[in-house]
Amino acid sequence: MRVFLVVFCTTLFLAGCKTTEPTYYYGAYPAAVYSYFKADDTSVSQQITILEDVIEQARVKGKPVPPGVHAHLGMLYFETGNAGQGVTNFEQEKFLYPESVTYIDFLMNNRAGAKI
Amino acid sequence: MRQIQFALVLVIVAFTSGCVSMPPAQDYSAFRNADPHSIVILPPINKSTEVVAPYSVMSQLLVPIAESGFYVFPVALVDQTFKNNGLTVANDIHAVPIQKLHEIFAADAALYMTIEDYGTSYVVIASDTVVSVSATLVDLRSGEVLWQHAASASSAETRGNNSGGLVGMLVEAAVSQIIETVTDRGFEIAAIANTRLLSADGHNGLLYGPRSAKYGQPVTSEKQK
Repeated sequence: MRVFLVVFCTTLFLAGCKTTEPTYYYGAYPAAVYSYFKADDTSVSQQITILEDVIEQARVKGKPVPPGVHAHLGMLYFETGNAGQGVTNFEQEKFLYPESVTYIDFLMNNRAGAKI
Repeated sequence: MRQIQFALVLVIVAFTSGCVSMPPAQDYSAFRNADPHSIVILPPINKSTEVVAPYSVMSQLLVPIAESGFYVFPVALVDQTFKNNGLTVANDIHAVPIQKLHEIFAADAALYMTIEDYGTSYVVIASDTVVSVSATLVDLRSGEVLWQHAASASSAETRGNNSGGLVGMLVEAAVSQIIETVTDRGFEIAAIANTRLLSADGHNGLLYGPRSAKYGQPVTSEKQK
């Protein structure tokens, strides 16, 4: 009986603590964006690995990939010269988030030069 | 004349005393009518002396805006786009005509941000990392201001009260400053400040956007009205 009471009270207590579950899985994406901006010790290929992992973890957890992850990853691939993966990820951003279509098309059309 | 002055003072006192506990809920009617679906974040104007402040703040904006239900344009890519067009200074970017922004991004709204304060200071008794931000959301189709807010967060809020007397406090201050500069505490505090500023679950934050399950529902500060 006493054990039951303890379990009951703990459950009640923890239920009170429960915060809203985030909609998306973010993982280390914000930290990777920060690394990119600062141009710190994390290389571009390491940043790619981090973002691929975020996408994989989101799949495992059954959560959607947040806005911008595929677009940011595409940019990193373009920077390493992997245009194939760059285009694939840009297309994936457009597919997941139609709000991005105009901008992503603008970026693709302006890739004639070395610029993104 | 005297009476007018007196009335004025009375109004100011009444107004500010109302602000003490919780600022009044803002008017969301323009925001609700405009119903933006996507938000582009412009690089923030940095009033602090910390060079990394805009990077840190920009990296922490996705979570509160996306969780509120909006599409957020990728900040690093947006920053690159401005740089490739010769725009490297935030003040210049904030002056770009909204028609031009709408043409390139096709975003419904743009977030104009200012970093009022960012950094760690050693103030004898406690070393403290503070992040203060303010922002304005502008409709890129009409130019109308949809929402405005300011928020701040500090590492002192989370540190426990010290019971080791003055010497203990001085040691803690010195130690915590070392920790705060090394581990880039500003990046963590920026996340808290941005959530307070923007989250639709917070006081006077954004409305719930179309990608939120609570889309169309009143936000906390509206319910308090």
